[in-house]
Amino acid sequence: MHSRHFLMAGTCALLLSGLATNAEADDLTLCWASWDPANALVELSKDFEAQSGHSMNFEFVPWPNFADRMLNELNSGGKLCDLMIGDSQWIGGSAENGHYVKLNDFFEAEDIKMSDFIDATVAGYSEWPKNTPNYWALPAFGDVVGWTYRKDWFERPELQAEFQEKYGRDLDAPETFAELKDIAEFFQGRDIDGTTVYGASIYTERGSEGITMGAMDVLYSYGFLYENPEQAYDMEGFVNSEGAVAGLEYYKELYDCCTPPGSSNGYMSEGIDAFKSGQVAMQMNFAFTWPGFENDANVGNGKTGYFVNPKGPNGDQFAQLGGQGISVVSYSEKQDAALEYIKWFAKPEVQAKWWEMGGFSCLKSVTLAPDFPQSQPYAQTFLDSMAVVKDFWAEPSYAILLQDTQRRFHDYVVAGNGTAKEALDGLVRDWTETFEDDGKL
Amino acid sequence: MTDETTARTSAASRRPPARAIKGLSDRAVGWIFVAPTIFLLLAINIFPLIWTIRLSLTNYRANRTTAEVSWVGLRNYERILTDPDIWNAMQATAHFVIWTLVLQVLIGFTLAYLINKKFKGNDLWTTIIVLPMMLSPAVVGNFWTFLYQPQIGLFNYFVGFLTGADPSSFSMIGDVALAPWAIVIVDTWMWTPFVMLICLAGLRSIPDSIYEAAECDRASKWRQFWTITIPMALPFLMLAVLFRGIENFKMFDLVVQLTGGGPGSVTELTSINLKREAFEKWRTGYASAYAVILFVTVFGLASIYVKALNKVKER
Repeated sequence: MHSRHFLMAGTCALLLSGLATNAEADDLTLCWASWDPANALVELSKDFEAQSGHSMNFEFVPWPNFADRMLNELNSGGKLCDLMIGDSQWIGGSAENGHYVKLNDFFEAEDIKMSDFIDATVAGYSEWPKNTPNYWALPAFGDVVGWTYRKDWFERPELQAEFQEKYGRDLDAPETFAELKDIAEFFQGRDIDGTTVYGASIYTERGSEGITMGAMDVLYSYGFLYENPEQAYDMEGFVNSEGAVAGLEYYKELYDCCTPPGSSNGYMSEGIDAFKSGQVAMQMNFAFTWPGFENDANVGNGKTGYFVNPKGPNGDQFAQLGGQGISVVSYSEKQDAALEYIKWFAKPEVQAKWWEMGGFSCLKSVTLAPDFPQSQPYAQTFLDSMAVVKDFWAEPSYAILLQDTQRRFHDYVVAGNGTAKEALDGLVRDWTETFEDDGKL
Repeated sequence: MTDETTARTSAASRRPPARAIKGLSDRAVGWIFVAPTIFLLLAINIFPLIWTIRLSLTNYRANRTTAEVSWVGLRNYERILTDPDIWNAMQATAHFVIWTLVLQVLIGFTLAYLINKKFKGNDLWTTIIVLPMMLSPAVVGNFWTFLYQPQIGLFNYFVGFLTGADPSSFSMIGDVALAPWAIVIVDTWMWTPFVMLICLAGLRSIPDSIYEAAECDRASKWRQFWTITIPMALPFLMLAVLFRGIENFKMFDLVVQLTGGGPGSVTELTSINLKREAFEKWRTGYASAYAVILFVTVFGLASIYVKALNKVKER
């Protein structure tokens, strides 16, 4: 009898302690793309778990399916994700459709200042409408399209001499797109250590966003503008300006002359493979790939150099923004705990550790620290690139705008249908129709 | 006594058994049995179809649940039927469906004809031939992208070996002219065994006595083939065409893995195009109209075809 009472008391105590624990600690689920930085975040988040008592679960989806899967989740009001590190282009739709919690009051209460983060990342990842103080995310992972090159090949005396003789300048990281093409042509089909190598790996992927990210990375510096700076959604003469046409023609020329055979559908992972396997001299890719090259047996140990997206013919220099902000999903039933995570993530010491672990912090106290440029071989290139970023539309209809761009660009650049002018004129028609459907025109 | 027994038997036979058990008529019992099936059919087939037709007449977007939904009548249908990109996708689909059917029927029937002959290792060869159709389309798509890779792909090396061309001088999935054929080749490789199996069933269903009678009449092998084998295997062949035709009309996974619809849009089949409209662009109303058009097309063609099939069976 005594032992039965003891057992019951013990069971009740266990149940109560369980209830008490549930009241204090939550199981949070963070959703993001499946890639190296996500693995670093899992490690980083262990500190949060230890400090807060909350436990963290992660839902990572490979990039090609990331938008499909997560936008489905948000659109259906799903409760899977408490925290979402969503792509920068989602911000408009997620804000207007009520998927994300507005963070202004939270930032104010917790003294989190957006001015502490790199300006471009605040505009790119957090604000909607753009350039207004309405925040829906905390800049989480800064990213930008830049270039890597085989420094060890560039430094070879015989190649230096040959290049000097042919082009009258040193074989070095290019400063303009014209120089980049010269270098790509120089390496195309060249035999290096018994292997045929090629000029450059660029984005050509058709299905999701690849060729748009790659071509826009060039078009910006050639004078492409999304709209008239004086009048929103006025695109004629800006999207299809002479400069934009020249930029798209350049991208096609680069694809035709200087990419490895079979590069008709390549994005981030194909670029990484081409570069790591020693197939290409230069590679266009997002900065998140750079830490992986430093540790690679084939291209690490100083063999890889980094450079900012080159300048266009008029000296303009821009780069395609990547990266994401972290948001609280409005359908989550654990919003307080999710906000707690964001508060923890915004701390300078956490952001410093994030950078050390391979995460590209957007906090100025990290990126503007005196020792930052020397902290990694690519740190200065990252900083310089982030200073010249531009991003694709972040409108609620971004997916329609993006898919139309994918089709127009791939049709011209890879399939070789029509002219660059026709492709961009068609794009103006597509985008105009979309904005008319949205009631914005 | 006899009359009484007869009367009892007669009454028992007139009385419905269900009424005897539960007080329900035969008809009611029948409805109870089929009701779950009918309910499921209504819930997962008929209701979504009606709902899709309803959505197709609106500007609804599934990613903007708070936005006002307005009635647009037949505007979505009009836009689809006058959109050159949709017609391009239809053409790409027609090219894919027609050529895969032609090749699969020719090769499948030939293989079935050969396998139907008695020879040593017959079963082993049958097993080897049907292996491709047992693989997942995603896996097949992935490994064919490697086979088609210009620098390391075996397909390119094989073609180079036969023709003397440089293997890296052409890209099956990156070239506008070759990509539509690249997807036809892969689908033919994967699904010809299916056609072969159905044809084999047809060939094995032909009684030997018919051939023996033809031999007695001194009919040549060629004449036996055209007057016995083909007519008697035709219903099976037509069934295989029906199955493969419907499957290939909605082809998605294999082609997405292989080309993603590219280069440009030359391999963007209607199902890929529809998926982009519905779940990437989130134009739900428009995509619903698109789905209805495709449904009517497939349903209409299949109905005509099934009627033809029945006529062939009746002959």
